[in-house]
Amino acid sequence: MPGSIKDRVAIVGMGCTKFGERWDASAADLLVDAAYQAFEDAGRGPEDIQAAWLGTTTGTTGMVLSEPLRLQYIPITRVENACATASDAFRNACYAVAAGIYDMVLAIGVDKFKDSGISGLGDGGTPGPSHAMVAESTPPRQFAMLATTYFSRYGLSFEEGKHMIGRVSWKSHHNGARNRNAHFQREVSMDQILNAPMVSWPLGLFDCCGVSDGAAAAIVTTPEIAKGIRKDPIYVKALQIAMSPRDGNYNSKYDFTHVETTVRAAEAAYKEAGITNPREEISMAEVHDCFSITEAVTMEDLRFSPRGKVREDIENGFFDLDGKLPVQLDGGLKCFGHPIGASGLRMIYEMYLHLQGRADELLNPGMPSRQVKNPKLGLTHNLGGSPDGCAIFVGIVGLPGV
Amino acid sequence: MVGITSYGAYIPYYRLPRGLISKAWGQPGGRGEKAVAGFDEDPITMSVAAGIDCLKGIDPKTVDALFMATTCAPYKERQSATIAATALDFRREARNTDFANCLRAGTNAMLSAMDAVAAGSLKSVLVTAADMRLGGAAGEDELAFGDGSAALLFGNERVAVEIQGAYTLSDDLADYWRSSDDTFIRHWEDRFGREEGFLKIPGEAAAGVMKKCNLEKKDFTKVCFYGPTTRNHTALGRRMGFEPDQIQDPLLDTVGNTGTALPLMILVAALEESKPGDRILLISWGNGSDAIVLRVTEEIEKIRDRRGIKRHLGIKRTLDNYGRYLRWREMVSMAPPARPPQGPASMSAQWREHGSALPLYGVKCKKCGTPQLYLSYSSTRAHICLECSAKDEFEPYRFADKRGKVASFSHDFLAGGIDPPTTAAVIDFDGGGRGQFNMVDREPEECQVGMGVEMTFRKLRYTLGAHTYFWKCKPVRD
Repeated sequence: MPGSIKDRVAIVGMGCTKFGERWDASAADLLVDAAYQAFEDAGRGPEDIQAAWLGTTTGTTGMVLSEPLRLQYIPITRVENACATASDAFRNACYAVAAGIYDMVLAIGVDKFKDSGISGLGDGGTPGPSHAMVAESTPPRQFAMLATTYFSRYGLSFEEGKHMIGRVSWKSHHNGARNRNAHFQREVSMDQILNAPMVSWPLGLFDCCGVSDGAAAAIVTTPEIAKGIRKDPIYVKALQIAMSPRDGNYNSKYDFTHVETTVRAAEAAYKEAGITNPREEISMAEVHDCFSITEAVTMEDLRFSPRGKVREDIENGFFDLDGKLPVQLDGGLKCFGHPIGASGLRMIYEMYLHLQGRADELLNPGMPSRQVKNPKLGLTHNLGGSPDGCAIFVGIVGLPGV
Repeated sequence: MVGITSYGAYIPYYRLPRGLISKAWGQPGGRGEKAVAGFDEDPITMSVAAGIDCLKGIDPKTVDALFMATTCAPYKERQSATIAATALDFRREARNTDFANCLRAGTNAMLSAMDAVAAGSLKSVLVTAADMRLGGAAGEDELAFGDGSAALLFGNERVAVEIQGAYTLSDDLADYWRSSDDTFIRHWEDRFGREEGFLKIPGEAAAGVMKKCNLEKKDFTKVCFYGPTTRNHTALGRRMGFEPDQIQDPLLDTVGNTGTALPLMILVAALEESKPGDRILLISWGNGSDAIVLRVTEEIEKIRDRRGIKRHLGIKRTLDNYGRYLRWREMVSMAPPARPPQGPASMSAQWREHGSALPLYGVKCKKCGTPQLYLSYSSTRAHICLECSAKDEFEPYRFADKRGKVASFSHDFLAGGIDPPTTAAVIDFDGGGRGQFNMVDREPEECQVGMGVEMTFRKLRYTLGAHTYFWKCKPVRD
């Protein structure tokens, strides 16, 4: 009988750098910035950290962290799980505390992409051992297929489908404009979105998230210690990872209108957290919107929207900042940015701020409040890979006693 | 009795109107159009395409050898025929051989196949001839040259076209040549090649074979012979003294001069129209001439379902600009893509996979019967059934010869490459199984979920001086 993480560990400090094209900063600079924000937030220092989990897709070994922070001979594990990298570092850090091995640990994620000389991620370097076409692929191509098939299956015209996914990006820009740490901080019009150049048909420029530099960190401890550190620690309710057998490109049963791995991870997370009706019980979410269509489909996979009906919720503003279930409150991957190894912790950071009522600490001057009223539970979701095969993280954090 | 037991051909999907080339260079004229191979095609892929057409309904494992003729082999050292034969799913014991370096290589291969079958050392030999010679921009060769291929299966059972006799003249008359360092063909004064070579030597070979077989001109239903241009082709026909209705159309206005493939392609076109009892004279040209006498039998009626020349002529898309062709042939210096350089393809990994990837084999589970492909980043060999999880309980299952339907697709403008956008499609194969492949010979606006596709062997990438070949899909256009 598997155990549950619910309320067994607490977050007492978090930090997150500004994401974006950080021509000014190295991975080391970003790690130090995020870690020391978290230390300051928790009122603790590096000497209090007994072990650390580092998520990054671009560096190897735990020394990527120990060197810039001058951490002294503590255990550090480097974690890589594609876009679920930071969340998996967090998950392992939580498990170590829950197991009673350590009572204060650091989970931190970083990636520094903007020294690569290209926009986007490339094709993974194309190591070229195989004839497989997927080795030649680009991420937008793989996710565009979700849109092609979603439009076809649900009978949406190209214009209807484009408007639905465009509305997803419109909302992310609206939210990103209210966040001074976001990569993209400008609102855009639906016309701009719909008329942008194609990247991989039917996905246009505004359907794709940026590639960014950044780091985010969390200090995790036991609930007992947490209560002595601050009055408002945030509790972990669920941590689930699911890995697909990557057979969507080989198995005709896969329909390319949903992501089964998200469904599996979400159901496990709801069970772990004791949630039966996520549309009603989850207060807010940060999900993996690498592409606009990914967010749309994820709303159905998480049971936020009924299957095949997300268009109504999107167009009616259900997921807007002032909607019933706000999603991508900080702008999401689309506008806050996507340094892969940091993104999962960035999402938890946004949930953490709202649960503590501190979201307006990052408000851009002159903007109306972006703080969600009385949130109780926040969900985060990462998708590493592509719809046909991926690593999925679904986690839930919240207030005590929820 | 030795002869041709099946025929096939391939003409690339794209046609370039000659007037478009002339217009680009401010020159007058430009008659007809020429077939141009796609950016990912070469003589190997075109040989495979013609071979597939020729082997329709025939088990490729029964063929004993591929004799592949081209003057445009992608390698100076590495056998083209074995790459093509592997893609065609021939046995490892197949005695594959490259015929090269001469426009007569196609008929050279035919004669060698004929002799090997007659000698009894090989029972069944596939001959392919493919060329895509490159003419320098704005030159006469560029206007004249086209791309295409033909395939002829030789055997001694169920012969559709008997070989009744052959005659060869070898003559190192070099009216044109291409050294190993040349991109384009070099010519001597054209009047020398015409008067002393082309208009003389093929006629001597034709006379030689007629004398040897005790035949006269009137005994031939059709004469199929190479011609560099319509003007020279017509002149040779007149010089040899055949009636206009005996002369098979040389495809120069519709396909272009396909080099070593041309005589064989003209022959295939003649066979498509032929009746049992027809006698055909085939004459090639290139450092001499081969003349071959063929006679059509009743068996011809059983191999009428090939796409051959006639149907391929109708499967086409006319290019509306010359720039796209220049780009495909790397004739212009393009702006570099804003993409990372590709990593090199691994020779050892490709060799490990060539039994599955090149002929496009997946597997079929012996426990649950599910056909399945496995085309991951690291391997094309499945171990665990995706349906019932049985381990290594598979039998080979070929997908290259299956058609399928598009489950999803996208037109990728980010991937770059030589002919953007790259269309990627997930294909559900008829009979089961799925895979993701690039789609070619398609118009982006025609693509939709559910459209029918077939497989086509193409170049995938080029690194470290080596090509990686793999399968793509294309819309079915019967």
